[in-house]
Amino acid sequence: MVLKKNIAVSDNGFLFNPTTGDSYSLNATGIEFLKLLQKGKQNDEIIAEISAEFEIDTITVEKDLNDFKSTLVRLKLAE
Amino acid sequence: MNTTNKPTYVIAVTGLNAIDSPGPGISVIRALRDATSFNVRIIGICYETMEPGIYMHDLIDKTYQSPYPSAGVDVLMERFRYINEIENVDFLFPNFDAELFNFIKLEQRFKTELGIKMLLPTSEQFEARHKTELYEFGQKYDIKVPITKSITNASEIAEIAQKIGFPLVVKGKFYDAKIAYNLDQAAQHFQKISAQWGLPILIQQFVHGAEVNVCGVGDGNGELLGAVPMRKLYITDKGKAWSGITIADDELIEMNREMVKSTKWRGPFELEVIKNSNDEFYLIEINPRFPAWCYLTVGAGQNQIESAVNFAMGTKVEPFTTYEVGKMFVRYSYDMIVGIEEFEKISTNGEL
Repeated sequence: MVLKKNIAVSDNGFLFNPTTGDSYSLNATGIEFLKLLQKGKQNDEIIAEISAEFEIDTITVEKDLNDFKSTLVRLKLAE
Repeated sequence: MNTTNKPTYVIAVTGLNAIDSPGPGISVIRALRDATSFNVRIIGICYETMEPGIYMHDLIDKTYQSPYPSAGVDVLMERFRYINEIENVDFLFPNFDAELFNFIKLEQRFKTELGIKMLLPTSEQFEARHKTELYEFGQKYDIKVPITKSITNASEIAEIAQKIGFPLVVKGKFYDAKIAYNLDQAAQHFQKISAQWGLPILIQQFVHGAEVNVCGVGDGNGELLGAVPMRKLYITDKGKAWSGITIADDELIEMNREMVKSTKWRGPFELEVIKNSNDEFYLIEINPRFPAWCYLTVGAGQNQIESAVNFAMGTKVEPFTTYEVGKMFVRYSYDMIVGIEEFEKISTNGEL
């Protein structure tokens, strides 16, 4: 999955897709997922970081990450 | 604003009906007031005495009532001869589709006899982009347009529906469009729209996707002077944008550039486009004038209205190449308090 380069996200999680004009509000986990994806981190790195930061087991984080990524693709924020 | 060393243009503007389905006049005037390359005296041109712009004295210096387009070109010419004797108008922005036919016919006479310039499409361009002709227009210029058939009897819908399927769109010749999901609905829409707007009625293939609109200007020689795409964020029950946002879409800009290049479009335009899930653009409509949301182009860094005036007045104009993405407009309603004497003046004298 590759994030679209021109999507913009503010510090408080307001995400704007300049191609469609759509905007979304991310929760705290979503903000972290997106930041790490934008940094080019791999799945296992993201899962480890989020699991440590939010004290959640890695299986749950992996499921959430997959859900998040499929949502990004469905909303055409990633390919 | 520095008012020295700049020309002052007297600019007449129609479309002062800043109502829930607004004409473009007030947006055009605000853009003209924001112009940095010239000063303006604004002459409002109204049809009805309740057009809000008439009473907006901070935006419009003087308003004159105009005969309806159905009165014909001679009456219109005489009215502008009178207005011009008083105001010495430099430039005119017609903003209604229904009045454009007359102004296009009068363009040369306005220029030579009255010294009033306009930036309008040619009569061929104006006719070719009519809703009834748009499908052929698309075929001629290699632009995707949903299949559209012009009909005068509701009994013709069934045969067309067999080809294009449901849902389909039932459209009036000038205004109104409704989606029909079956034959009964289509027939109902046909009756309702034809009763209000007359015949023919257009039956159009429904294209699934996101509607985006583009406000732009062509120079008549094939060059695009500016283009800003906007996605509607909130619409009224009449389908008019109540808020919208500028978006980034290079392919859409390129489509506009090609349209202007191939048609040599002259003047302002609004393209209504559907972008489907395969990222293909379908042209739904070309409005041959600035849209009511054109002030957003100023907010996004392209004062296309100022450019249009400068181009028509013979000043060199550099085409805009960038604009700010993510700029929004949010429309609002506002109650003005108006003295009865003002209403009396416009009603009895035809000017205020």
